[in-house]
Amino acid sequence: MIKLLAINKKFEDRNVLNNISATFYKGKCNFVIGASGCGKSVLMKCMVGLLTPDSGSISFDQRDFVSMDYEGKKSLRQEIGMLFQGTALFDSLSVEDNIAFPLRTFTNLNETEIIERVNFCLNRAHLVKINKLMPSQISGGQKKRVGIARAIALNPKYLFCDEPNSGLDPLTSRVIDHLIKEITEEYGITTIINTHDMKSLFEVGDNIIFIHQGNKWWEGDKTQIRQSGNKELLDFMNASEF
Amino acid sequence: MRFFQHLGTYILFLNRVFTKPEKWKILWKQIVFESNNIGVGSFNIISLISTFVGAVSTINIGYQLVSGLVPEYLIGRIVRDSNILEFAPTITALVLAGKIGSNIASEIGTMQVTEQIDALEIMGVNSSQYTSLAKIISGLFAIPLLVIYAMCLSLLGGAISGWASEIISIDLFVKGLREDFNGFNVFFCITKAFFFAFLITTISAYQGYRTKGGALEVGISSTKAVVYSCMGIIFFDYILSQLMLF
Ligand SMILES: Nc1ncnc2c1ncn2[C@@H]1O[C@H](COP(=O)(O)OP(=O)(O)OP(=O)(O)O)[C@@H](O)[C@H]1O
Ligand SMILES: [Mg+2]
Repeated sequence: MIKLLAINKKFEDRNVLNNISATFYKGKCNFVIGASGCGKSVLMKCMVGLLTPDSGSISFDQRDFVSMDYEGKKSLRQEIGMLFQGTALFDSLSVEDNIAFPLRTFTNLNETEIIERVNFCLNRAHLVKINKLMPSQISGGQKKRVGIARAIALNPKYLFCDEPNSGLDPLTSRVIDHLIKEITEEYGITTIINTHDMKSLFEVGDNIIFIHQGNKWWEGDKTQIRQSGNKELLDFMNASEF
Repeated sequence: MRFFQHLGTYILFLNRVFTKPEKWKILWKQIVFESNNIGVGSFNIISLISTFVGAVSTINIGYQLVSGLVPEYLIGRIVRDSNILEFAPTITALVLAGKIGSNIASEIGTMQVTEQIDALEIMGVNSSQYTSLAKIISGLFAIPLLVIYAMCLSLLGGAISGWASEIISIDLFVKGLREDFNGFNVFFCITKAFFFAFLITTISAYQGYRTKGGALEVGISSTKAVVYSCMGIIFFDYILSQLMLF
């Protein structure tokens, strides 16, 4: 479980996040939705420590993250997996080496065990026979799935996905949604997904937070959205229905 | 003011780079890869440039000493000293600043703008070290070797051009090379090479690492890496010459 308490973030004089408090649950797909530029990515970056919030606290299962020292953050981060909006695969390493990277860095597994684990993760992401290819040689959807495979290599407790299916065709998007959902439930991961794709929200969303201009505007589960009576949320939702 | 700000962040960056690595084995693999990249990859251009610099220096010095008042073999001696003291280390370093410096900065800069650095940080990896340490160590190892190689080739180039243009015979040139040979000059040359190697690799890594934005900024960083490395080289060339030769 991850708890946010009164997170504020400014860039120069511009408030990007105002007083955001939220709770993200274990074994659930927690969605953060909102229009482009509302602050979803900034919020996620604050949660994983790539940005420091100006005030507020973030706790990972009662461990306060913001006040941790570098070493503490470092060890906590080994429990975090993240899928980046642009996948962020290491382009000098093959697919196999990308997934093996965290294993080689943080475990004492031998090479056979590492390759076994890599293949397991690749299978989990429904990828086969691409071990030796470089990131530049695979498609966008495959990259996203390799990104997920890398994110789960160390059995994370927390999985962060920034727009896991932006730029993908609807079919591949669903495959990825279900993949994330499966992994989340199977391993009891606390998963946080940033998206503006309402389809994936209705498909696999559990707990939803709607951000509007840097404020938490609404919170609930997907069955409550239509009855919420929240104008901005309904507008946002209706815009993607056709 | 900006300069001191940069100097500060540069030192903080180096502080993060030179810490105990997560796994020595991974670092070692990177070093082997980067040494090949930096050392072997620059072999051809350094061969070409140092030979020609040596050749030109014989012609230039021969041209200035045609009076006949000084013995011919002095040409060999002057070519030797000017190449060992200045041309081999400094020109090699300037060329490598262009080649290796831009390479390092654009590689790390690209990793920064495509969030690969963030990905490393999220995993709990010290990204400054992972991206830069192997490059710096390889540079410190490969660049002095390249300079020594350049030094030898430039003398060879000097001998050949002296002979080909009938300025000085090989025998006399070699006599000049051997006369009053001072081992300290070679030591000075290698010391400079180490300093230059450190400047090129660290400045370029720093410039790459602090890239923000997109492809355009990667280009800017790589240009800055080359410009600042060259400025650093020239400045330290002056300082070291002043300190060590007088
Ligand atoms: N490093 C930064 N410096 C200054 N402003 C920033 C920075 N990062 C983000 N912002 C600003 O913060 C606001 C929120 O950005 P953010 O990336 O979180 O949007 P988002 O909700 O993720 O949008 P999208 O759905 O398009 O990814 C934007 O207005 C952006 O200009
Ligand atoms: Mg975003």
